[in-house]
Amino acid sequence: MAVKEVSIGDIGARAAQADEEFRGDKMLINMGPSHPATHGVLRLKVELDGETVTKCDPVIGYLHRGDEKIAENMTYNQFVPYTDRLDYIGPIHNNVTFALAVERLANLDVPPRCKAIRVICCELARLQSHLLGCGVYGMDTGALTVFMYSFTQREKLYTLMEQLTGARFTTSYTRIGGLMRDIPDGWLGNVRKVIDEMEPAIDEIDKLLSRNRIFYDRTVGVGVVSKEDAVAYGLTGPNLRASGVPLDLRKDKPYLGYDQYEFDVPIGTSGDCYDRWLVRLEEMRQSIGIIRQAIDKMPDGPYYAEEAKKIFAPPKSKVLTSMEELIQNFMIVTEGPQMPAGEVYFEAENPKGALGFYIVSKGGGVPYRMKIRSPSFCNLSILPKMMPGHMVADVPVILGSLDFVLGECDR
Amino acid sequence: MSETDFTTALRERFPGVTERPSLDLAAFNCPFGELRDILRFLRDEAGFDMLMDVTAIDAYEESPRFTVVYHLFSTSRHEYVRVAAPCEDDVEPRAPSVADLWPAGDWHERETYDMFGITFTGHPDLRRILMWDGYPYFPLRKEFPLAGHEVDLPGADVAERTGAKVLPAPMMGGPFHAPQKGPMSRREPRADDESWTETREKDAAQALPDGPRDFKHSDT
Repeated sequence: MAVKEVSIGDIGARAAQADEEFRGDKMLINMGPSHPATHGVLRLKVELDGETVTKCDPVIGYLHRGDEKIAENMTYNQFVPYTDRLDYIGPIHNNVTFALAVERLANLDVPPRCKAIRVICCELARLQSHLLGCGVYGMDTGALTVFMYSFTQREKLYTLMEQLTGARFTTSYTRIGGLMRDIPDGWLGNVRKVIDEMEPAIDEIDKLLSRNRIFYDRTVGVGVVSKEDAVAYGLTGPNLRASGVPLDLRKDKPYLGYDQYEFDVPIGTSGDCYDRWLVRLEEMRQSIGIIRQAIDKMPDGPYYAEEAKKIFAPPKSKVLTSMEELIQNFMIVTEGPQMPAGEVYFEAENPKGALGFYIVSKGGGVPYRMKIRSPSFCNLSILPKMMPGHMVADVPVILGSLDFVLGECDR
Repeated sequence: MSETDFTTALRERFPGVTERPSLDLAAFNCPFGELRDILRFLRDEAGFDMLMDVTAIDAYEESPRFTVVYHLFSTSRHEYVRVAAPCEDDVEPRAPSVADLWPAGDWHERETYDMFGITFTGHPDLRRILMWDGYPYFPLRKEFPLAGHEVDLPGADVAERTGAKVLPAPMMGGPFHAPQKGPMSRREPRADDESWTETREKDAAQALPDGPRDFKHSDT
């Protein structure tokens, strides 16, 4: 029996030869639109050289519903439920941002109590969004437990939303010039209880992952976005701040009286996936601080702008007892809140970044044109620049760290 | 450079720039040919380093029909500015691309092209982004009906095999809001597009009337 001896040298040479043969062969991989690691219906066309990404072309639009076209065909209040479906991870913040944009068009200032309630809503939405962002980010890196921890907390936020608005997901809580209703009795106590329980839970999530060797190795130095790139690509929100740009519209263009609250804006240093994780964790703690201050300072008074007779439909108790308010209600429901002609652009610091509404009005209750500047759309536009050079296993990690929502991206 | 400073400098440098009516930000109307130079000036010398948004407005029956609108933001001074310019040609509108000035412009311009059919000259990769390749209409133009048009499915092989079409949305009588004109008896909320409701089958032969719904509202 002839035995061929194979030396280590032979194997090395053969491997090198095989390497040579395959070098330069590019493979095209299609991730999505229903790939579990893409957080929604995002499709990535990825060109691979071995395991290295050489080109990435995101394909979006699978969730395009034509929200801007719809907005041109309905009154401002009718559009509020559509804003729930933008960033459906923290829907109540979209309600608030949209109401603020239209109120800026009407040059209307809402009473302090309304503002404070809206601030609590916004920060609860930020907690909702970041808890999901951090939880599924853990899953993307292979740490399933964090997801359970964060969703336990998230569930409590949904219960709070249900108590406040009557709906868990699709809140539709704001109206132009006010809110759907005042906060129910005892709700602030419930909020305080939930955030008191949430603070140690966030510390636990922090302990589970932040110093975890595997998580550390998979995120540090991966998906680095430089300061210049982040600004040039129009990144906003935690993704921008992780790259070291201290831009937070709550601080820099205060709305809703955010200048009266004390909070810090966490920024990253290297702009990698790990920094984005740390920034989101710290933002959750800051949000809890803001909610505490808002509860302590909750002013009394009306929860809607009483003087805005052509904008806010009065509460039902008044509509059913007073002729004048019945007519007012009828006009606002049928013709919409009456706006002056003109154009405004308003951006607020949503959990995902700066959500902007550009409204062109020709007067009346229906916008002539409404553009929604969605943060997820802009945050995703950096993918073709960011992905090349990374391993294919880094792709889900980078996607998870950007924390986008396709409902908002595609509108 | 504060707001007044850059406004003065902008006017000195580009005499064609005029004030644009606005309820909030500093806003300017620019002549078509100077748009890129003005945006570059705002980026390099006035410190507006972030392109927040690019979009367009369809004035429908007026000329120039399309206006492109840019929103810039300064990360150092925390100010916004709005710059608008009319597009050349009402039938095949064109605007210069700013994707080389801000990479963010790439996707924003693709979206504006997708929705309005404005060609951004000099754009490196101008193709549809939200609608699928080969979609024959530009949905945010005012003559495009809310329900949409019937078109073929994307992918000829799929369309042939299934025989299905992309159908207009069933409006079911909606959307509901008052037309705000005419006598009081006609001012109840009514549908803009009643082509297809729960009680009436959609009439395939009767195409949706082209042309925009009446979106002009009087103050009465």
